[in-house]
Amino acid sequence: MLEQIEGSQAVARAVGLSRPEVICAYPISPQTHIVEALSVAVKSGALEHCEFVNVESEFAALSVAIGASAAGARSYTATASQGLLYMIEAVYNAAGLGLPIVMTLANRAIGAPINIWNDHSDAMAVRDAGWIQLFAETNQDAADLHIYAFRLAEQLSVPVMVNMDGFILTHATERVDLPSQEQVDAFLPPYAPRTYLDPADPVSIGAMVGPEAFTEVRYLASLRQHEALSSIEQIDEEFGEVFGRRPCGFFSSYRMEDAEIVAVAMGSAVGTLKDAVDDMREQGVRVGALGLRTFRPFPADAIRSALSGSRSVLVFERAHSPGFGGQLSADIAATLRSVEPTVHSVVSGLGGRPVTRRSVASAIQASAKGELGLETFLDLDESLLKREVTELGTARRSSATGGAVAQIIESSGPQGAR
Amino acid sequence: MFQVRIHGRGGQGVVTAAEMLAMAAFFEGKYAQAFPSFGSERMGAPVVSFCRMDDREIRAREPITHPDALLVQDATLVHQSDIFAGIGPQTYVLINTGKTVAELGIAEATVILDPARLLQVPATELALEHVGRAVPNAALLGGFAAISGFVSLGSVEKAISHRFSGIVAEGNIRAARASFEFVNQEMAELSRGAANQTAGSTGGVNRA
Repeated sequence: MLEQIEGSQAVARAVGLSRPEVICAYPISPQTHIVEALSVAVKSGALEHCEFVNVESEFAALSVAIGASAAGARSYTATASQGLLYMIEAVYNAAGLGLPIVMTLANRAIGAPINIWNDHSDAMAVRDAGWIQLFAETNQDAADLHIYAFRLAEQLSVPVMVNMDGFILTHATERVDLPSQEQVDAFLPPYAPRTYLDPADPVSIGAMVGPEAFTEVRYLASLRQHEALSSIEQIDEEFGEVFGRRPCGFFSSYRMEDAEIVAVAMGSAVGTLKDAVDDMREQGVRVGALGLRTFRPFPADAIRSALSGSRSVLVFERAHSPGFGGQLSADIAATLRSVEPTVHSVVSGLGGRPVTRRSVASAIQASAKGELGLETFLDLDESLLKREVTELGTARRSSATGGAVAQIIESSGPQGAR
Repeated sequence: MFQVRIHGRGGQGVVTAAEMLAMAAFFEGKYAQAFPSFGSERMGAPVVSFCRMDDREIRAREPITHPDALLVQDATLVHQSDIFAGIGPQTYVLINTGKTVAELGIAEATVILDPARLLQVPATELALEHVGRAVPNAALLGGFAAISGFVSLGSVEKAISHRFSGIVAEGNIRAARASFEFVNQEMAELSRGAANQTAGSTGGVNRA
């Protein structure tokens, strides 16, 4: 139903429609309105079969979400800025454990100096944690993406962070078409974890993995992120069928057909880019806009083909790495590396695995023969991976213990926790 | 696109005013967007809120620098902050005050305006009379409906009812109606004055 509603309220409603079972949060601007509204919904009984856990910090908020998700409950939390940094250890753990938690990040700058306003510094601070990161352009997007995020997270056993610009979206009222419970139920089946923590049959999760398997664990994490790209295309289609509006996919394209210049952004600035494109088109400038919705996994192939015909790419980015530059433009530049020299990434030495002279030499040799890919995991144990990769292809339902990762742990000897 | 900027102080319902105005436009089938000046709002501190209304999707999200209408909920602000920034000859300005432009000392700051679009309404007095509290926002929205004609008084009343209930809603609706009447009368007087001075042009303030 069409409503004129504040972004935070719309997100709270969308989260409620997704039937979460545990919500835990610690208030921080500009996310507060969302969890306030959800706490009211739980207290009043409007949101049934859901426990709202008041916690003492953001670290506790995500830790409770991790525990709840591992126990098989659909779990949600929200934070921003310093709050995200305070929970960052748990952010990595949620991804490493493959727990399908959904978290709103109401994007806000990070101090000092203290600043409560929007930028993407917080999202960038955790871009390498292994979460899927989606960015909302409008409050319609923000509401839709939360329902979407639960589906994506549970299908892939990966936590999903929905980024919405703090204040600019969270505190703005605008027109949002909120779906019915029937529609959401048709799109998002109940969470069915393949395994979960059970007091009657206790196991430990996230136990130690040494040099002999840590690289494979990380390789699989990357594999799942890349798999998400095809899942996103499939889920987009189903979302469109149920809700009557198809999400934009990895990114939205605006007047890109013959664009010589492309403006790129993530989040609420994309609308402004479109307005500016209209202005410049009127002056005869061949310009288009690309609004990136899916930042992690990074849809490199799609971006490359979208931007390959252009002359200039202008990345309007809301974060900056001191001493280097913008992170988003660096990612985009990396996808456009078509001129000599080609840049190769060789991932090596993770979790204590030795970087050996022999392996280094073999990578150099492969490069000399033109056989080295753009990204290579050094010394990957192919036999260990083979079975897990096959399993990932067939069994996609969620696992509280992170499915394939747990299998690797179990098959790798004494570190198996059972 | 019609853009409204609202100035007031924390506690006067500045943000609520923008949201109710957006709601009124929404009830008329328009696209509307309302948002506050993002800051650490405190009781009594200057607060700004914004409302955009259009017949098509609104993609802009920046603060409104060139308003089509300016609502001033607290006349003590007129010399304290740059509230008249970005106004043009066509901007409507509605100030919550019982004083005249000369008494407020804003003749110079508003010289660019069409005189027929600069109006005052004692919204706080109307609020005290009808609501029992010094909350001028609903009354100013009633006045806005009169000056701009961009949203109807009926839609403003509907928006008030959507936001408040019971006697609070009723009181605010009465205040909005009283303000609507007051401003309409004021415009009629201005229009007569203008007609007497320069036969012909009435400044184009008449709205159905």
